Amino acid sequence: MSKDSQTTDMNTLNRRRFLQGLAGGTGLTVISAGNLNAQTPSYSETPSVLVDVTRCIGCRACMRACKDANDLPNDTDLSEGFPGSWDRQELRFDQWTVVNPATGCNDDGIEVTRNIKTQCMQCLEPTCVSVCPVGAMTKSELGPILYSADRCIGCRYCIMACPFDIPKFEWHGGMWAVIGKCQFCAHTRLAEGRLPACVESCPTGALKFGRRDTLLAEAQARIKTRPERYVNHIYGENEAGGTAWLYLSDVPFENIGFKSNVETAPMPPLTWDVLSKIPIMAGAMAGLFGTVAWSLNRREASEHGKEESE
Amino acid sequence: MNGWIFILACLAILTWVILCLAYDKRPRFLRPITAITILCIWVAALWTLIRRFSEGLGAVSGMNDAAPWGLWIGADVFAGVALAAGGFVIAATVHIFRIERFKPILRPTVLTAFLGYMLVAVALFIDIGRPLSWWHPLVMWQEHSIMFEVTWCVILYSTVLAIETSPPVLERLGLTKLLRLVQVTTIPVVIAGVILSTMHQSSLGSLYLIVPGKLYPLWYSPLLPVFFLVSAVAAGMCVIIVESFFSAKILNRGLESILMRDLGKAAAIILFIYMIMKFADLAVRGSLDLVFEGSLQSRLFLLEMLGLTALPAILLSFRKFRRMPRGLLGASLLVMAGIVLNRVNVSWIGMSVSDHLHYIPTWMEIALSLAFITAGTIVFFLAVHYLPIFPKTEDEPAVEVSP
Repeated sequence: MSKDSQTTDMNTLNRRRFLQGLAGGTGLTVISAGNLNAQTPSYSETPSVLVDVTRCIGCRACMRACKDANDLPNDTDLSEGFPGSWDRQELRFDQWTVVNPATGCNDDGIEVTRNIKTQCMQCLEPTCVSVCPVGAMTKSELGPILYSADRCIGCRYCIMACPFDIPKFEWHGGMWAVIGKCQFCAHTRLAEGRLPACVESCPTGALKFGRRDTLLAEAQARIKTRPERYVNHIYGENEAGGTAWLYLSDVPFENIGFKSNVETAPMPPLTWDVLSKIPIMAGAMAGLFGTVAWSLNRREASEHGKEESE
Repeated sequence: MNGWIFILACLAILTWVILCLAYDKRPRFLRPITAITILCIWVAALWTLIRRFSEGLGAVSGMNDAAPWGLWIGADVFAGVALAAGGFVIAATVHIFRIERFKPILRPTVLTAFLGYMLVAVALFIDIGRPLSWWHPLVMWQEHSIMFEVTWCVILYSTVLAIETSPPVLERLGLTKLLRLVQVTTIPVVIAGVILSTMHQSSLGSLYLIVPGKLYPLWYSPLLPVFFLVSAVAAGMCVIIVESFFSAKILNRGLESILMRDLGKAAAIILFIYMIMKFADLAVRGSLDLVFEGSLQSRLFLLEMLGLTALPAILLSFRKFRRMPRGLLGASLLVMAGIVLNRVNVSWIGMSVSDHLHYIPTWMEIALSLAFITAGTIVFFLAVHYLPIFPKTEDEPAVEVSP
C-alpha cells in the first residue's frame, strides 16, 4: 500500500516547475545575488524521505539500487552472507549511499545494534551550495542539491564545509577528478515522476517518500502513538536548518553515530554575514586611504613648491 | 619510511645552512651539500608532480575524504599568504602614509610578496582537483562563496604585486616611458593592493567560519578573519627582518638596523594586541579551560601562543634585545614559525576530531613544499643579484630614473 501512496505523492509535485528548476540549476547561468534559495517556493513541499531506523534490516538493497540507477560501479559484492556480517562500507565519490550497522546504548543502557542508512541529507539551506565558488553545487527548484562537474574546479571546499561530511572526492582522478554525492535521483527518476531508487527498493518500508510537512506530521504521529518505542527527536527536522531526509530512532541519535554537534540554525549565513559587508568595507578603506594619501601627497608637494620658489 | 628520512635529512641540512649563515660560519663543503640537497628535493618534487597529474591527488598525498585539505593548503597557501603580508604593509607605509625612511626595504619586500603569491598560485593550481578549470571562478560567479572571493583576491593581488614589482625590471630594461606610467599610477595601485590584501588575508580565516562543529573551539571563532589578518601583519614584518638579515649577510651589505628595530617593535605591539584579542575571545566563548586540558590540540595551542607568539613578543619589546641583530633575527624566526603553526593548526590539527589525526602528509607533499620554498629563495637572490632591488649604499634611496 505504502508504495502506491508514495507514487501518488510524487505525482502531486509540480513536475513542470521541477524541470524548470533543473534547467536553471545545471545551465551556465550566473546565480543572482541575494537569496541563494530564491527559486524554492516552500520547504514544506520539498520532496523528502523519512527513515525509520527501527524498521531497517540492513539488507543493503538500497545501495545496490542506487548504484544501478546512477550508473555507478557495482564492484562491491553486497549480496553474500547475512545482513550485519558485511564489511563496513564508506561513502565514496562513486558510492552515494551506504548502510552500516551501528552499536550504541539505548535509553535503558542496553547495547543494541541498528542499521543506519547514510546519504546526502539534502539540506533545505545547503552549505555546499553556499561555499562552492563556481556554483557547481546547485539547489534545484524543488529541493535536491545537484552537482555539475562541468563547473567544478575540485577545490573540495564542499567536503570541508558539509556539516554531515557527505560529498566525496575522486582521489585517483588525475586531472579531471570529480565530487560525488547523492542527488536524490533528481535528474532521472524524480523528473519522470518516479521514486528515488533507494526508496523504491526498500522491502521493509523503512524509507518513506513524500512532502516534507506530511512526513514530519507522520513522524510526530509515530512518536506520539508509541512514545515508549521512539526517541523524541526527529533527526533532520532542525539540524543545519532542516534537511529533506528525516530520521526516527529508538536509540538516541548521538549513540549510533549521528553527528550531534550540528548547528540548528542554517549554515550559509555564517559566511554570508561577513561576505555581504565586504563591498562597504572595501569602499570605506578606499576612501580612507585615498584621503590620507592625497592629503599627505599634497602637503609634500606644497612644501616642495615652497622650497623651489624660495 | 625512507621518504621520511630523506625529508628530515633535507630539513636538517637546510636548517644548518640557515644557522651557518646566521653565525658567519661557512665551511667549504657546505656549498656542494646544499646544492645536492636542493637538487634532490627538486627531483622528488618533479616525480610528485608527474604522479599527481597522471594518477591524481590520492597517489601522492595523504589527503582523504575526512581531511580534504592537506599540507599544500595549510602550509603553502595559508602560511605563504600570511608571510607575504609584509608587502602590503610596507607599500602602505611608504606610499600612503609617506613614511619614507622605510623606502630602502620597499622593493625587496614587495618582491618577496610577489614571489610568495606566485608560489601560492602554483600550489593552488596543483592542489585543485581539476587544474585546467582554474579560470572558472572568473566567469562562473558565485559570490556567496568565500572561496570565490579568495580566488579573485589571489588573481587581482598577484596582478597588483606584478605592477608594484615591475619598476626594477623596467629600470634594468630601460623602458623609461612604461616606468613613468607605473610611477604615476603607484598610489591607486597601492591602495588597491592594501584593500585586496586585507580582504584576502581575512578571507582565508573566513573560510573556516562555516565549520563551527568541526574546527576545534581553541581556534574556531567568529573573529577568525580578524585573527588571520592581524597575525599576518605581524608575521609579514618579521619576514622583512629575516630577509633583510640574510640579504645583508649573503650580499655583504650593511643591515638597515634602525628600520629593523622599528619593525621588531611594531611586530611586538601587534602580537600583543593579537594575543589579548585571542584570549579575550576564548574567555567570552567559555573555552579557556580547553587550553590546559592536555589534549594534542591544547598542547599545540600552547606551543603556538606561548612559545611562538608570547615569547618573541616579550623579547621584541625590550629595546636592548632589539639592538642585537641575531636576537632580532631569532625572535622573528620564532614569529614566522608561530604563524606557520597557527595556519597548520587551523587547517589540520584543529580539524581533527580528537587525538586521532585523519591526515599525515606524505614525503612527496613535503618534498613539493620544500621545492617551493627553495625555488622561491633562489629566485629572490637571483633577482636581487641582477636587478636594482636593494639600495646601492646605506643612505641613498633605490636607483631611480631621473624625471
